[in-house]
Amino acid sequence: MSLVRYHLRHDTRYEYDQPVGESHQLLRLIPRDMAWQRTLSQRIEISPEPTRQAGFVDAFGNRVRTIDFETDHNALKIRAEAWVELTPREQPPEAILPWQDTARALDYVAGKHYDADLLDASRFLFESRHVRVKREFAAYAADCFGPNDSLLSGTTRLMARVFEEFTFDPEATTVSTPVTEVFETKRGVCQDYAHFMISCLRSIGLPARYMSGYLLTRPPPGKPRLIGADATHAWLAVYCPCAGWIEFDPTNNVQPTLEHIVLGWGRDFADVSPLRGVLIGGGSHDPEIEVTVVPEADFHEVYRDVEDAPAPLLPGID
Amino acid sequence: MSQEILATYPHAPNRFDEMVDVRGEARPHWAPLVQRLDAMPAEVLERRAHIVRESIEADGVTYNIYQDPAGRGRHWQLEPLPLVIDAGEWGPLAEAVAQRAQLMNLILADLYGAQSLIAEGLIPPALVYGQHAYRWPCQGITPPGGIFLHHYATDLARAPDGGWWVLGDRSQGPSGTGYVLQNRLIMSRTFPDSFRDMQVRPLASFFRTLQDGLARFAPTDGETPLTVLLTPGPYNETYFEHTFLSRYLGFPLVEGQDLTVRDDTVYLKTLRGLRRVHAIYRRLDDDFCDPLELRSDSALGVPGLLRAARAGRVLIANALGAGLLETGALLGFLPAIAQRLLGEPLKLPSVASWWCGEEPALEYVIQHFDELVIKPAFPSMRMEAIFGHQHKGESRRKLIQRIEAQPHAYVAQEWVRLSQAPVLSPRHVKRVLPRSFGMRLFAAATPDGYAVMPGGLTRVSPREGDEVVSMQRGGLSKDTWVRAEGPVVKHSLLKTQLGVMDLVCAGTDIPSRVGENLFWMGRYSERSEVIARLLRAAMLRAASSGLEAAEALPAMVYACRSLGVLPIPDEDADTPELDLETSLLAAVSDLTQAGSLAANLQRLSGAASQVRERLSSDNWHALNRLHQLLHKPSADFEDAMDTLDEAMQEVIALSGFAMDDMTRDEGWGFLIIGRRIERLANQSLILQGVLGAERRRRDRSLEWLLETGNSIVTYRARYRRSPELLPVVHLLTFDATNPHSVAFQLENLRRYLHRNTRMLGQPRPVQLDVIADHLHAFDLTRFEASECDVACDELAKLLFDVEGAAYGVSDELHRQYFSHTAKAERMGGWQ
Repeated sequence: MSLVRYHLRHDTRYEYDQPVGESHQLLRLIPRDMAWQRTLSQRIEISPEPTRQAGFVDAFGNRVRTIDFETDHNALKIRAEAWVELTPREQPPEAILPWQDTARALDYVAGKHYDADLLDASRFLFESRHVRVKREFAAYAADCFGPNDSLLSGTTRLMARVFEEFTFDPEATTVSTPVTEVFETKRGVCQDYAHFMISCLRSIGLPARYMSGYLLTRPPPGKPRLIGADATHAWLAVYCPCAGWIEFDPTNNVQPTLEHIVLGWGRDFADVSPLRGVLIGGGSHDPEIEVTVVPEADFHEVYRDVEDAPAPLLPGID
Repeated sequence: MSQEILATYPHAPNRFDEMVDVRGEARPHWAPLVQRLDAMPAEVLERRAHIVRESIEADGVTYNIYQDPAGRGRHWQLEPLPLVIDAGEWGPLAEAVAQRAQLMNLILADLYGAQSLIAEGLIPPALVYGQHAYRWPCQGITPPGGIFLHHYATDLARAPDGGWWVLGDRSQGPSGTGYVLQNRLIMSRTFPDSFRDMQVRPLASFFRTLQDGLARFAPTDGETPLTVLLTPGPYNETYFEHTFLSRYLGFPLVEGQDLTVRDDTVYLKTLRGLRRVHAIYRRLDDDFCDPLELRSDSALGVPGLLRAARAGRVLIANALGAGLLETGALLGFLPAIAQRLLGEPLKLPSVASWWCGEEPALEYVIQHFDELVIKPAFPSMRMEAIFGHQHKGESRRKLIQRIEAQPHAYVAQEWVRLSQAPVLSPRHVKRVLPRSFGMRLFAAATPDGYAVMPGGLTRVSPREGDEVVSMQRGGLSKDTWVRAEGPVVKHSLLKTQLGVMDLVCAGTDIPSRVGENLFWMGRYSERSEVIARLLRAAMLRAASSGLEAAEALPAMVYACRSLGVLPIPDEDADTPELDLETSLLAAVSDLTQAGSLAANLQRLSGAASQVRERLSSDNWHALNRLHQLLHKPSADFEDAMDTLDEAMQEVIALSGFAMDDMTRDEGWGFLIIGRRIERLANQSLILQGVLGAERRRRDRSLEWLLETGNSIVTYRARYRRSPELLPVVHLLTFDATNPHSVAFQLENLRRYLHRNTRMLGQPRPVQLDVIADHLHAFDLTRFEASECDVACDELAKLLFDVEGAAYGVSDELHRQYFSHTAKAERMGGWQ
C-alpha cells in the first residue's frame, strides 16, 4: 500500500487602511480526517494575538476555528500548518449501477425511509448560494449520461467535457460570479469549474458536494519546488448509493488519488470558505495568500535556509 | 326596532357571512352591535368614523409600502366596524391555534436537530434542504428551554361551511400585534358603549405573557433580564410597530450595530458601557442577523450572534432559522406529522394543498387547474399567488410548463371563497357592505404551552370580490372583538396617566450609535464649513487677475491638499494634472472624490438620518436643503460660489440649532465635542502649512487665513490695517475669545469633555492638559524679533502636536464610548 505524507502551509495576510478595533473571523483551515486521509499534526498561528479563540464543528462536519479581536490592529496574519498522511482512495468498481438508479434512489415518495447515508446525500441535491438547478444545466449534462451509462462513466464524461470546453482564466470571474454566467463564458477558476459541474449533476438529480482543499503541484522540469507556489483548490464529489462519494476534479480532468488533500466540504464554496470574517471599522483589501504543499521527501530541501521554517511541527506530534 | 343596517346589506349566497345568517338575520353574537348601529344617528356614526381616521393620523400609525409613491410613512388603514367572534366559537379555535404552535415548535426542533421527520419520509427533503430559509449554520443549536417559537401567527380564513382553515403560518417574526393594539386603543375609545355592551376580551394579558415567557426562558445567570427589540430600521414596512411595541413592552429598540458579541455573550453598546442582553425579540429576518455565518453582505446584523446562540448565552425570539415553516408546501404534510409528534389529530385543518414535488400531486394540479391557487413553495421566490381560473389557453400552457420544470418549487391550494365581514360604505350614509376578510391570530410560548391572543388582526379587501387580503396590496384592517362569557376586567400595560416617577429628564441609557452619529454630525458639519470657506476664498483668488491673488493661491492649494479637499497629484501618473478651475469645481460637487464638500455633506446626511428622532423639524429641513445641494452640479465658479454660500448658511444654521434647540444630554455633548475636535484639528493643520512656508508666501496667506477662520471682521475692527503676522497668529491661535481660534477650541473641548465624562460617571480626561499648557506658555514676543522664522517653525511644531492630540481624543472617545474596544498596546511582532 502506498502512503504519502505532505507538509501544508497556508499563509494569509490582511493589511488594513485604518486600525480595526473589532474583528471576528472563522477559519476552516484544519484538514479533515477520513479513511484515506489523516492529520498527523496541525497548528494555527495568529498575529496579533486574538482576544479570544474557540472552535466548533459545523453542520457538515468541518472543524472551524473562531478568532476574535477587540483591540486595534493594522494587519492580521494567519499561518495554518499541518502534516497529513494520505493513502489511495478506494476506487469504485466500473460496473456500478446505472446513473438513473442513483437519481431514483433520491426521489421522494411519501413515507419513504432514508438511512443516514441517503439523508446525508439529500443535503447536496438542491440549489445553494453558488449552485443553480436549471434545465440548461440538465441539458448540458444529458449529453454525457446515456440511459444505460453507469454513474461513474457518465460523470467521467461530463468532467472531460467541462475540462475540454472551459478555459482556465483567473481574470474572468470573482467569488461572486454567478454560475449561470460561468456557463455562458465558459471561463473561470477551479471554484467555477466545480460549481458548474455540481450544478449540472444536481440538475439531473444527482447529489454532488463541493470539496475544498489543496493540490500538489509539480515544479517545472529542472526547477526546485518553491515556497508559496501552490494554491487552494476546489473539486467535487458525487454520491453513489453503493460506492459512497466519488471525487472528480474537472479543472484537471482527473479523479483525485494521492495528490488532492481535503480541508472540508459543503454544498458550495460559501459553506467551506477557508477564511470568513467581519471587521468593524477599518477598510480591508483582498488578503495576500500563500500556499505551500511539500511532500515529506522534499521538506528539508524546500525549507532549508528559510528563516521562518516550520521546524517545531513534526509529523506525529500534535 | 328599525332594521336599516340589515335591510340594505347585500348578502352573497355562496359565501359565509360573519354578521348575518342565511336568512339575512343578525347572528346572536352580532346583535347588540347591530342594534347600536341602528340606533345611532347617521351623523354620529359619521363622526366616529372620522375620529378613527383622525386618530390614526394623530398617533402617527404608519405602514411602509414598498414601491409606493406615498412610500415611507403611509397611514395605516383601520375600518371602523369590528369583527365579532362568539365566545363559544373562540374556545376551540384558540385551543387549535395553540396546538398548531406547539406542533410548529416540535417540527423546528426536529429539523434543526435529529431530522427524523425527513428520515421517516414525513417531510420531503426538498422542503427543508431545498429551502433557502433552512439555515444550515443553525443546525444543532438547541435554544433555551427548547423553545424555537416564542411568537407565532397563523393566517386563517373561513370556508363557506363556516369552518376555519389555515392559509399560512408565520414563524419568522410575525408582524401585526402592535397594529392590533393600536386598533384596539382607537376602537375602545371611539365606540366605548358598544365595546362595553359586547364584553370584549382585553389584550393586555397576552403581552404580559409574551414578556414573561421571554424573561422566564432567557439565560440570565441570576441577573435581571434585559430584552431588546431588534429592528432592521426605519425603512422596514412595519417600523411603526417596532417603535410602538418597544415602548409598550418596555424593550429598548435596537439595530444590529447597537449590539456586540463578546465571549459568546450579547451586549448593548451604550454611552455608559456594555450592558448584557439576555433576550432578543427580533423583527429582523434571520438571514440578516449574523454577517459572520449567515448573509455576509448584511449590514443590519450582529457578527457572532449565532455563536452566542450556539453557546446558549442568549434567547432569540424566534430562534434563528425559524422562518423555515413559512412555506405553504408544508401544509399538506401536517396531519401526518401531528399524529407522529403529538399523537393526536391536527385540530385546525389547512386549506387543501398539493405540493407539486410529488408526482400524483402534480397530476392532480394540472387536471384541476381552475379550482386552484398556485403559490411558490418557498417564500424567498417572491412570486404572487396565481388564480388558476384566470389563466386559459397559451398562458396556462406556459404556466404548467414552468411548474413541470421545477415542480418542487410550487404548491397549489384550493381556491377558498373567503367569508364576508361588514364594512362601512365609504359613499353611502349608514350603509354596510360585505367584504372578503382574513384573520391573523397570534400565540406566545409560556412554560405551560402556548397562549393565544384573544383578538387578532383582521384584514379586509378594499374592493368587492377581491380575493387577496394584504396590507401590502392596500387592504384595510379591523379590530377583532372576541366576546367573553361574562363581564371583563380591564387592565393595560399602558399607564392611563404618568406620575412623577415616570418623568424623564435625559435618556438614561443612550445607545452608543446615537452618540457616535451625533459626534460625526458635529465633525462633518464643521468640516463642511471649513471646506466651503476655504474653497470660496480660493475661487475668489483664482478668478481674480491680481498679482497678490495669484501669489496667495499656491499656499491655498497646499492647505486644500493637506485637508484632503483637493487630491494630492500622483507624480507617477500618466494623466496630466487637472487645471485649477476644474479641480476646484470638482472639490465642490464631485461625490466620488472623498474629500469634496459634496461627499462630506453626504456623510453628514447619513449620520443625521441615524439620529433623526433627536432632531427638530427645523434642523431636519436644513439637513434636507443641504442634501439637495449634493445634486446641484456647478458649471463655473459663479454656480459653485452660490452653492458654497448656501452650504455655509445651512451649516451655520445647524450649529445654531445645536446650541439653541437640543436637549443637553450626553448625546448632545458628543455633538459639540465632535465640532470642537474637527475645528481644532483643521485650524491647527491650516496654520501649520502657512507657518511653515517661506516668508513671502506666508505674508500673502494672512488675508485668506482670516477669511477661512471667519475672523476678518474682528481683525479689521481691532487693527484697522492690512494683515500682519503677529496679530493674525494671535487672533487665530491664542485669542481664547475668538470662537475660531485654536485656544478657544481647546478650552471648550476640555470643558465639554469634562462635562460629558462627569455625566457618564467616568474620570476626568487629561489628554489635552499638557498640550494646553504648552500653548499657553508660548512666548509671543518671539514674533517681534528678527528670529521670527524660528518662532513660526516652533509654533508649527506645536500645532502639529495639537492636531495629533485632537485626533487622539477622537480615537479614544471612539474606543471608549462607541466601539467599546481597546487600544493596541503593541502591534503584532511576528512576521
